[in-house]
Amino acid sequence: MQTANVAPPGAPEPWRDPEAEPYVRIIGVTKRYGATVAVDDVSLDIYRGELFCLLGGSGSGKTTLLRMLAGFERPDQGRILIDGQDVAAVPPYARPVNMMFQSYALFPHMTVAQNVAFGLRMEGLPRAEIAARVGAMLDLVRLTGLERRRPHELSGGQRQRVALARSLVKRPKLLLLDEPLGALDKSLREQTQFELVNIQERTGITFIMVTHDQEEAMTMATRLAVMHHGYLAQVGTPAEVYEYPQTRLVAEFLGTANVFEGIVTKAGATGALVESTEFDAVFESDTDPPKPVGARVFVAVRPEKMRVRKAAEGERAGTNRLVGAVRDIAYYGDFFMFVVDLPDGRSVRVSQPNLARVTELPITWGDRVAVDWPPLATVVLPE
Amino acid sequence: MSWRLPAGRTLVLALPFAWLGLFFLFPFLIVARIALSEAALGIPPYAPLLRRDEQGTLAIVLNLGAFALLVEDSFYLDAYLRSLRVASLSALLCLLAGYPMAYAIARAPERRRNLLLLLVVLPFWTSFLLRVMAWIGLLADNGVVNNILLGLGLVTEPLRLLYTETALYLGIVYCYLPFMVLPLYANLVKLDPALLEAASDLGARPWRAFLAVTLPLSLPGILAGFMLVFIPAVGEFVIPELLGGPDAQLIGRVLWTEFFQNRDWPMASALAVVLLLLLVLPIAWFQHLQGRAGGGR
Repeated sequence: MQTANVAPPGAPEPWRDPEAEPYVRIIGVTKRYGATVAVDDVSLDIYRGELFCLLGGSGSGKTTLLRMLAGFERPDQGRILIDGQDVAAVPPYARPVNMMFQSYALFPHMTVAQNVAFGLRMEGLPRAEIAARVGAMLDLVRLTGLERRRPHELSGGQRQRVALARSLVKRPKLLLLDEPLGALDKSLREQTQFELVNIQERTGITFIMVTHDQEEAMTMATRLAVMHHGYLAQVGTPAEVYEYPQTRLVAEFLGTANVFEGIVTKAGATGALVESTEFDAVFESDTDPPKPVGARVFVAVRPEKMRVRKAAEGERAGTNRLVGAVRDIAYYGDFFMFVVDLPDGRSVRVSQPNLARVTELPITWGDRVAVDWPPLATVVLPE
Repeated sequence: MSWRLPAGRTLVLALPFAWLGLFFLFPFLIVARIALSEAALGIPPYAPLLRRDEQGTLAIVLNLGAFALLVEDSFYLDAYLRSLRVASLSALLCLLAGYPMAYAIARAPERRRNLLLLLVVLPFWTSFLLRVMAWIGLLADNGVVNNILLGLGLVTEPLRLLYTETALYLGIVYCYLPFMVLPLYANLVKLDPALLEAASDLGARPWRAFLAVTLPLSLPGILAGFMLVFIPAVGEFVIPELLGGPDAQLIGRVLWTEFFQNRDWPMASALAVVLLLLLVLPIAWFQHLQGRAGGGR
C-alpha cells in the first residue's frame, strides 16, 4: 500500500528549500456563499511536480478551493497565482489547468477517442497531431482498443481512465482531481492509486487532488493539507502530519488517536510531563516543544504505538502506563485491536501486529492488562 | 396468483388499443371507404361500394377517381406542399423562439422554474379560438399594432398585417410555441451542468461548448418539439382561415371546401387519407429514431 508516503532518501522536497519558487500560490483566498464561509483565508504554496492532497470532510471547503483553481468559482478575497500568473481574471477555458471531475463528466454523445480529443480540437491543432496525442494518451491509461466505445459502454474503472486521459492530454500545467477514486470499488481503488502516482511521476504534471479518504491522501500525496470548516488545519508530508499533528482535530482526523486531557507539570528543553486530569496517570513526552507549566493540554497516543500485556499483580497506572480490563478484541488478520476499559469509565484502543501466527491469544476478554508506550509516542497538543 | 398479472397487463395494454381501434382505425376505414366511392347526388352523397348489377351479381365497385384527380390537379398538390412548407417553417420559427425560452427556464433557479413553466402554458386557460380571434384585434388595419405605430409616427398609413402570410405565421407560432418549449425544457433540464464545466475546462468558449455539448444532447428534445408543432400545423384550419390571406390555400381549408361547399365527399376523404399518410410517415420515422437513441443509452 505504501506508494509515495514515506519519501525515499534524496527525493526532492522543494517545500523545505526557502529559495524554491512555488508553482501554485494561493494567497489569502476567501469564498463566501451568503452567510457561510466556504473557504476562509487560505494561503498555500504548491511546488512543481507535487501530488498535493486537499483532505477534509464534506463541507470543509476542499472542493470549493479546487473549483477556484479551475476558474469555476471566483474568490471573494485573495489571489491565485499559477506559474507566476495571476489567474483571477482568466476564465476556465483559458487557464493552463485541467480538471478531472468527480462524476467524470464524460460527453455521453462522443466516443472515447472523441472525448479525449475534445480539448485538443478546441485548441485547433492539426488532425494528425490530435490523433497521435490521443493515441499516446489512451496507451498511457491502457484504453487502446476502446477508442470507438461510448461512455455508457465502459466499466467504472474504464470511465475513470477516460476522464484522466481527457484531462491530461492537453498537458496542463496543473491537473486538478476531484475525488478521482471516489466512484471505484475498494480493490480497483487501491490499484488505481498506484497507477495515478505512476502517471503523475511519468508526466511530471503537478497534481492537486481533493479527497475525503485519509488513507488515499496518505498513500499518494507528496504533501497534504487537512481542511476543516474552510481553513487549513495543517499542511505537511503525510508522515509529518500523521506523526506530528498540531491539533487534536488533525490527530483524530488522520488515523486513530487516544486523546486524554491533562495539565503540564514539568517542561524541559524538549518534551514535557503532563498529569492526567481524568485518572491517576502521568504522560511523558520527549519530542514536543515545551508548553508552559500549568497549561491545560491534550495528549494523543496512537493505538499502534502502544503495547498491551497482562498486568502484574497489584500493578497500577503510572508514567505512560494505563491499567484496565479488556472489553473487546477485534481480529483484522494483520493486526488485533484491543479496547481496554479504564477504571474511570474511559477506554483506550491499542493495536498489536499479528506477528506470531496465533489463533489463540494469551490475552482474552475481561483480563486485567497494562498498556504502555515510550515517551516518543506521546504527542502533546494545545487545548 | 401468477396468471393474474399477465391478464391484468393484457387488459391495461388492450385499453389504449381498443380506444385507438374504436375512435381512430374504425373512422379511418369509413373515410377510406368513402374515398374509394363514387360521388352521387343524395344522402349520403356517395355510392355504395357493394352493388348488385342487373343480373343480380354482387360486385365491389372501387372508384379511384378522387385519388387520380388529386394527383392530376396541381391545385391539390400545391395545397399539400404549401401546408408542409408553412408547417415546417412554423416549426422552425417555434424552435428559434422556443429554444432560448426553454434554455432560460432550465437554467433558472429551481424554485422559479415552475412559475416560468406555468407562464408558458398560461394561454391554454383561454379558448384556442378566442386567442386566434384576439390576433385579429391586434393586427387589423385599425388594430392595436397599427394604432401604436401611427401614434408613434413610425408609419403614415396603416400597415397591411391581417390576412397576410406574416399574420398566418404569427398565429401558428404563437399558438404552438408551448408544444416546442415543454419537450425542449424537459430535455435541457436534465443536462448535467458538469458537462458544460468540463467543456469549458477543456478550452471551449461558452458558444462552442453550446454547439459541441448542449445542442447535440438536446437533439431528442428538438425533434420532439418539432414534431409536436409540425404535425398539427400541417392540417391547421382555424388559423389560416381567420388570419391568413385568401391565397393561403392550405390543405385544411381545401378539405373543408370540398366537404361542405362542393359536397364532394369522396374527394374530401381522399385528401384526408393522403394527409394522414403524410403525417404518419414522419411520426413513424421519429419513433424509429427515438427507439434507436433509446437503445443506445
